[in-house]
Amino acid sequence: MSENLFPLVMEGVSFHHNGQTIVDNMTLCLDGATRTIILGANGAGKSVTMRVLHGLIAPTSGRITWGGQVARPLSASNKQAMVFQKPVMLRTSALRNVTYALKLAGVPNLERLARARQAMVRVGLGHLESRAARVLSGGEQQRLALARAWALNPRVLFLDEPTASLDPTATREIEEIIAEIAAAGTKIVMTTHSLGQAQRLADEIVFLHRGRVVEQTPATEFFQKPRSPEAAAFIKGELPWI
Amino acid sequence: MNTLVESCLTALTLIIGFDNQLLAVILLSLKISLAAVCLASLLGFPIGALVAVGRFPGRRFATVLLNALIGLPAVVVGLFVYLMLSRSGPLGELGLLFTPTAMVIAQTVLITPLLAALARQVIEDAWREYQEQLISLGASRPRAALTLMWDTRFSLATVVMVGFGRAVAEVGTVMIVGGNIAGVTRVMTTTIALETSKGELPLAMALGIVLVAVVFLMNGMAYVTREWSMRRYG
Repeated sequence: MSENLFPLVMEGVSFHHNGQTIVDNMTLCLDGATRTIILGANGAGKSVTMRVLHGLIAPTSGRITWGGQVARPLSASNKQAMVFQKPVMLRTSALRNVTYALKLAGVPNLERLARARQAMVRVGLGHLESRAARVLSGGEQQRLALARAWALNPRVLFLDEPTASLDPTATREIEEIIAEIAAAGTKIVMTTHSLGQAQRLADEIVFLHRGRVVEQTPATEFFQKPRSPEAAAFIKGELPWI
Repeated sequence: MNTLVESCLTALTLIIGFDNQLLAVILLSLKISLAAVCLASLLGFPIGALVAVGRFPGRRFATVLLNALIGLPAVVVGLFVYLMLSRSGPLGELGLLFTPTAMVIAQTVLITPLLAALARQVIEDAWREYQEQLISLGASRPRAALTLMWDTRFSLATVVMVGFGRAVAEVGTVMIVGGNIAGVTRVMTTTIALETSKGELPLAMALGIVLVAVVFLMNGMAYVTREWSMRRYG
């Protein structure tokens, strides 16, 4: 894993869709070590920003660079992985969902099974490997999605509101796994609309408002003393007792 | 009314007695339509999958075309295949006209668009759900098409049975390219047409009963397959 993937930079990136500006001339610089959480109200452009960074969406203008190198649009290299709000599983066993991802990443046949099993055990699904993936519970499916991403050994893991449709127990499990993945050396970039979750997981907060980065602040500072009035209003709105 | 009851009774005797002539006709029908539906699946599913996930100019047109071709009149397909296979046609050399092979070809041409169009619908729905995930994992479009064909296999199995149902119940094309030669190209539907026009109602009725039973059985199997797979794989 080369370190020259970082910094991951958005330079003047805009994204328009159906005449609407969703990301507006955004400039953002992410390092390779911290856990970055992207916050913002609904419609602030969080999800689109993640997809542009990951390469799922080509920006209308501007560019993304990884360690100074321009990323090819719409190419998601296997140095990065993404976990979506709603896990998408193929109609096969849990284990084969993971080996499928490894196969696409070009991992040799002999290595796939061992790596997939290891990832399943890490997320606590070792005992469910032969179960059909789509009949697992929502929380188990999201853990499987994390196992699938983790097995790829990504240098960066993007997560788009990974716990939005889960109950508190499942949410806690997912957060623990994310923390472990980060501790093992993977850069985390995640969106959430739970401030509590942001406080538990973030080293750094990127706050978006109307498609722009309003502030990028260390997490502790952000929650104590947000620099922008928009972020202050957002925190106050979400946590009125502070 | 009496004729109807009598015909039904004779028909049942024929079926229960495993009448040789009846059996031969049924087997030929099943063989031809099975072969046709296999070929049509091999052709139609990849076409449907590529139209569903592909990015190429004219994709919308291809979708409309596939849907329009579902309604292809069977007799016109028969006529077209007849012209291709007739002595003076481009494939006349092969001498296939009035053989079971010609009937397989005609039925394949008839139902391939149906299978392709239905597969496109099924796979496009799946693609909408999987698209971001598959692209994120680095799947190319052809790879995604393959993956989705595998993932929707139970729905596609239903599509196969729909295709078989249409092929086995169809009379126009096989009449034209098969010629309805007794013992060679005479299948259930053409026999029913012939025997009815001759006034030989019992045999026609017996075949009618079998045909309806086959179509029912196919739909039942389609239903059971789907139910089972939904429970097993979600």
